[in-house]
Amino acid sequence: MDMKRDYYEDIQLLDSKVLWFWFLMLIAALVTFPFLAPSYYIYMANYMAINIIVTIGLNILVGYTGQISLGHAGFFAIGAYGTVLLMKAFHFPFLFALVAAAFIAAFFGFVLGLPALRLEGPYLAIATLGFGMAITQVIGRWEVFGGRMGVEAPALSLFGISITTDLGRYFITVTIAFLMVLGARNLMKTRVGRAFIAIRDSDIAAETMGVNLVYYKTLAFAVSAFYTGVAGGLFAFLLGFISPSTFNFILSIYFLAFVIVGGLGSIFGSIMGGIVMTWLMLELDKIQELPYLGGLLIGFSEKFMTVAGLPNIASIIFGLIIILLVVFEPLGLYGFWIRTKIYWKTWPF
Amino acid sequence: MSDVFFSVDKLCISFGGLMAVDGVSFTVAKGTIFSIIGPNGAGKTTIFNCISGLYKPSSGSIVFQGEEITGLKPHKIAQKGIARTFQNIELFSRMTTMENLMLGRHVHMKTGVLSGATFFRRGSRAAREEILHRERVEKIIDLLDLQSARNHFVGNLPYGTQKLVELGRALALEPKMLLLDEPSAGMNSEEKQDLIFWIKDIQDELGVTILLIEHDMKMVMDISDRVLAINFGRPIVEGMPDEVQRHPDVLKAYLGEEEIIGNAA
Repeated sequence: MDMKRDYYEDIQLLDSKVLWFWFLMLIAALVTFPFLAPSYYIYMANYMAINIIVTIGLNILVGYTGQISLGHAGFFAIGAYGTVLLMKAFHFPFLFALVAAAFIAAFFGFVLGLPALRLEGPYLAIATLGFGMAITQVIGRWEVFGGRMGVEAPALSLFGISITTDLGRYFITVTIAFLMVLGARNLMKTRVGRAFIAIRDSDIAAETMGVNLVYYKTLAFAVSAFYTGVAGGLFAFLLGFISPSTFNFILSIYFLAFVIVGGLGSIFGSIMGGIVMTWLMLELDKIQELPYLGGLLIGFSEKFMTVAGLPNIASIIFGLIIILLVVFEPLGLYGFWIRTKIYWKTWPF
Repeated sequence: MSDVFFSVDKLCISFGGLMAVDGVSFTVAKGTIFSIIGPNGAGKTTIFNCISGLYKPSSGSIVFQGEEITGLKPHKIAQKGIARTFQNIELFSRMTTMENLMLGRHVHMKTGVLSGATFFRRGSRAAREEILHRERVEKIIDLLDLQSARNHFVGNLPYGTQKLVELGRALALEPKMLLLDEPSAGMNSEEKQDLIFWIKDIQDELGVTILLIEHDMKMVMDISDRVLAINFGRPIVEGMPDEVQRHPDVLKAYLGEEEIIGNAA
C-alpha cells in the first residue's frame, strides 16, 4: 500500500501497478476464454454478462438511490423489442438500434420516475409492478410486436461482419458489459452518483445541499432503465427469439434477487450477483441430470407434485439459497467477499 | 430594502390549525451572528425549515439579498447560497467524510451522467473537476481538524465529529448565510469551546452570515451580535444578547411564572 499523492488517485480505477496487472490479466482471460471453453459455457458467459448489466442497472436505482422497482422486466422487454423492431422495421444497424432502444427504455424510466417523487417503499413497489405487467400486456396484444407469438431476432452483423455464433455474440456482449461496468463505477465516483447516494441516505439533507430531487430521482430511473434496456437488446440476440411471456413479472423479482444477493450499493457485488445467480439458474434448470440427487428429485416430484414439478423444485432450491444467503450475509456476496478479504489480511490472528 | 442582507417579515405557518410560527419578523445584517432562542417547541427549527424551503410558509415573506425566496424549492435556496445543518444529524451515513463534503460542492460542479461515466484519464473534464473540488474540500477538512475522519464512513464516527462533518458539508457549499440548528448539542465542553472558535472563524475569515439556534446560553451570549427570543411561535423580544437574557418575559418563558430557582442555562 503506497501513500496517495494527489486527488486523482481517490477516484482512479487502478491506483497501483498490482491492480493494473490484474486488470490486464482479466482482459486477457476474457479474450482467451471463449477459444478454450465449450460452446455451452460461452452461452452461459453471455447470459452472465447480460445479467450483470441488468443487476448494475437495478442496483443504481435500488442500492444506490434507495428507490425500488418491481417492473424492470418491463425495461428489459422494451430494450429487447425495441432493438429487434428498430432493426427489422427501420433497418437500423445493430449498435444504433441497441442504443436507441435503450434510450426509449430510459424515457419510460423517466416517466416511471415521476410517481416515485411522491411514492415510497411499498407504494412505489406496487406502482412499478403495475408498470412491468402493463408493458408485457401491451406487447402481447399489439400485432406490431408479434403478439403472443413473439418475434424472431433479425440477423446480427457488426461493422459488416455477420455474427451467427455464441462466440461472436460473446465479444459484443462482454465488451458492452465491460464498458458499462466501468461506466457505472465511474458514475458512482462522481457528482451524479454522489447525488444518488445522498438521496438514499437522507433526501432532506440532499435537497438542502442543492440536489434537485425531481431531477435526480427521475434520472436514477432513467439511467437504471437505460442499463436494463441495453441488456434486453443483447438478450434478444442471445435467445434469438422473444415473446411476451419471457418478460413476465417473475423476471423482475429475479432481477431484484440478483441485486440483493450480490450486495446492495456495490458494483462489484452486482458483478458477482449476476455471475453466481445466472450460473445457479442455468444449473438448476438441469437439476435432474445430477448423478444421484437428480433421480431422487424426479421421484419426489412425480410423487408429490404436478407434471410440471421439476421446475418447481428448481425454484424451491433457488429460493432457499437466496433466503440462506440473505439471512447469513445481509450484504450479499459483496459482504462475503469483504469478510474473506479481511480474514486473509489478518490471518492467522 | 435592498441594503438589508436577510429579512423575515411576518412569517406564519400552521400545521392543522396549530400556529407553529406566528408573525415572526427579523432582519439580519451581513456578516453578523444572529441567534434565535426559545424553549423546546417554540418554533425555532420550523423557522429554519421555512427559510431553507422544506416548509412552505402560510404567509409572510423571506428576502435574501433583495430577492424574494419565500416558497422556493430547497435546492434553489441552496443555490442562492444558504446552507444549513440539522438538529438531529442528517448526514449521508454510508458515505465517507470526504464524500459528504464533496456533496456539499454539488452546486458548484457540473459533471453530468455522460462525462461522469466516461472519465478514464487524469485530464478528462470530470476528473479535473473532481480534483479541483477535492482540493477545496481538503481545506475545510483542515480547518475543522477532520483529517482522521477523512476516509471513514460518517455513520461510524462519534457524535461530536458527525456534527462537525455536517458543519463542514454546509461550508463546502460556500454559503453566504449559514443556518446552524443546535450545533453544540451532544458535544462536551471542550468540543463546545472549539466550536465557538470555528463559528467565529467562519464569521470573521469567510465572511459568512450566521443564523444560530442554540440552547447553550453561554455560547449564545458569547458569539451573538443580535438575539431573538420566541415562545409558542411568537416573538418575545429582539435585541443585544444581554438585553434579551435579562428581559423578564424571556426568563418567564424559560422558567415559568414562579420564583426563579438556580441559574438559567
